[in-house]
Amino acid sequence: MKHLIAMSLILLGLAAPAARAALNVLSCEPEWAALAQELGGDLVEVSSATTALQDPHHIEARPSLLARARRADLLICTGAELETGWLPLLQREAGNARIQPGQPGYFEAARFARIIERPTALNRAQGDVHAAGNPHLHLDPRNIARVADGMAKRLADLDPANGARYAQRNADFQGHWAAAMARWEQQGARLRGAPVVVHHRNLSYLVDWLGLAVIGELEPKPGMEPTAGHLAELLETLKATPARMVLRAAYESPKASAWLASRANIPAMELPYTVGGSPGAKDLLGLFDDTLNRLLQAAP
Amino acid sequence: MFHRLLLAAGLAIVLASPARAASPDEISALRAEFDRKFQSLQADYEARLKVLESRVQTAEIKADNAQQDAAANASPPPVSSNAFNPDISLILQGAYIDRAGGERPITGFMPAGEHAHGERGFTLDHTEVVASANVDPYSRAFVNLALADEEVEVEEAWFQSLRLGHGLTVKGGRFRSGIGYQNEKHPHAWDFADNNLMYSALFGEALKQDGVQVRWLAPTELFLELGAEVAKGQFFPGSDGGADKNGAGAWAAFAHVGGDVGIAHSWRAGVSYLRASPREREAFLDDINDFEALTAFSGRSSAWLADFVWKWAPDGNPRQRNFIFAAEYFDRDEDGDLLCQDDSAAGGACLGLTDRYDSAQSGGYVQAIYQFMPRWRTGLRYDRLDGGSVDLGANGAFFDSADFDPSRWSLMTDYSPSEFSRFRLQFARDKSFQDDPDNQVILQYIMSIGAHGAHKF
Ligand SMILES: [Zn+2]
Repeated sequence: MKHLIAMSLILLGLAAPAARAALNVLSCEPEWAALAQELGGDLVEVSSATTALQDPHHIEARPSLLARARRADLLICTGAELETGWLPLLQREAGNARIQPGQPGYFEAARFARIIERPTALNRAQGDVHAAGNPHLHLDPRNIARVADGMAKRLADLDPANGARYAQRNADFQGHWAAAMARWEQQGARLRGAPVVVHHRNLSYLVDWLGLAVIGELEPKPGMEPTAGHLAELLETLKATPARMVLRAAYESPKASAWLASRANIPAMELPYTVGGSPGAKDLLGLFDDTLNRLLQAAP
Repeated sequence: MFHRLLLAAGLAIVLASPARAASPDEISALRAEFDRKFQSLQADYEARLKVLESRVQTAEIKADNAQQDAAANASPPPVSSNAFNPDISLILQGAYIDRAGGERPITGFMPAGEHAHGERGFTLDHTEVVASANVDPYSRAFVNLALADEEVEVEEAWFQSLRLGHGLTVKGGRFRSGIGYQNEKHPHAWDFADNNLMYSALFGEALKQDGVQVRWLAPTELFLELGAEVAKGQFFPGSDGGADKNGAGAWAAFAHVGGDVGIAHSWRAGVSYLRASPREREAFLDDINDFEALTAFSGRSSAWLADFVWKWAPDGNPRQRNFIFAAEYFDRDEDGDLLCQDDSAAGGACLGLTDRYDSAQSGGYVQAIYQFMPRWRTGLRYDRLDGGSVDLGANGAFFDSADFDPSRWSLMTDYSPSEFSRFRLQFARDKSFQDDPDNQVILQYIMSIGAHGAHKF
């Protein structure tokens, strides 16, 4: 009998989950997964619905994502209509009341960030414009700091028992981040005014923060694939107004930038765009370190 | 600025030297010292200038940023009362179709609805109007109307729960059933210009249900979804007669599993079951004299469906290239009584007898779609149905027994200038109508305007 009790206790012990993370977090993009990991540490279990090699505009609400959304305590997305093509479906079909819009379990980074490029008129003839302004907001590190404040509060709201720890982790993060930003701004100072060509407006915040000058886009209209005609026109523009480099995100096809760069005789530079987009971009600090390195390398 | 520095440096050197006539040696030594000091001063000055410059730039950035911050915060997003209006989209889908004329029902299968005759030449087909919005924090409503000349068909009109949690979602109203894979997709989201033979034979277009659907998603790593529906059952394979009662004239259940394999592959597989009880379900069948006989079936219709879809994209990024494979299979049994009347008044064979009708039929399709470069896709589909066994009892004497398995090959290429428009060219070798194979060409366009919602996997 004693053996039986001992045995069942052992079995119970085995069946009980090992020290589990308090919050199950699903993020729409890798940058927010990385930030949630910074702020939550071992209090959170984080996964990202997309990788740096996937276009966050064009994702499918595939079965595995529904299964993950079903179990999430907190869904962290960019918002500002970046994910309109798949996120509403994910929220509706997952049968998870916690992550619905308006619930504390749904966090939109755009609500805490400074948004640029708000369109004054909406017309699809303008291409795939984002009605709520440019949603690719994480490439301005000041936005990361703003979103971190909001996210730390939200984590604490959802897990009040560990509220002080989230606040402490955020304070640490903000300290490191401010120092890193000062360093990046120092490094990036000589890029100010550098003329560049970009693939899509997903680099607008980086351009805005570092004061680069965009003189052309590979996409004829936002969201439209580059066409031969548009690239030829762009090449003509570059003859009159030369650019220092052609920039694109890791998830974008290299073809158009390679074509233009070889003819204009300037470097084509792939930027990690988000965490995981290059070997150096292992976390948020690495993302900006690597981005600055690449820019400085392309514009000596 | 630089000249003054030079002057100052020169003066300093002169003042530092004793007031006496200098020898040529001393002069050259002095000059060397002057040059050295001057160069070091120059380097120092340049370094200071650089630091100053970068500090000014950083300050400029900061000032700029502060200004932009203020500007951005001063202009909150515009809000207007029509932000509460539903998302509305209109979908136009017209075509030019070249195919054999006349009625070409799928041989050996009870025609499902009025879609047996194909239009040809230029056609508007139908135009979809879609509206959807959250009703309140608890539910969402969706309407899809199909507009054609002199008719508006309510394709879907339902509400869906948003806040039940525990993996549960309830839908009520008229909705496309969750059975199978293609059933929930509207024609504008199909990968071919026309319907596959399986869905044509089973439902006409797709199974619509007026009723209630409950879905449950399991809290597991693997995607596992279970669903059940009870409905009025007035649409084929049900009938108005079967639906005219308290309770449900049809019910369905389905289970889907799915997941990812690595980062590049994802899949979903499912089984579904549908049961309907048609009463006096009318259909025209060609009799042995080639006259249209009016038949009425009462009994039980049950069908099993199996579906599988597999998608691939390099790195899971479908933007440049992607591949979709889908296959579905069904097995349907219908047992009951069939009344066969001579509808054409003269020459028809049927004598108004009611006798048993037992059929066991099956079929399916396999299709593959490949996007080989941005905007361009090509696809191949093979349809095949098995006429199976059909026992008409005493009425069997009035019909040719069809030992025929309908089939069709379709090849399409489509071009999408953007995600809101698509042009498609499709060729088909259609052998679904016995003894009269047909080569078909369809040139189709799909245009969607307004807020276009996301498509399911
Ligand atoms: Zn964008």
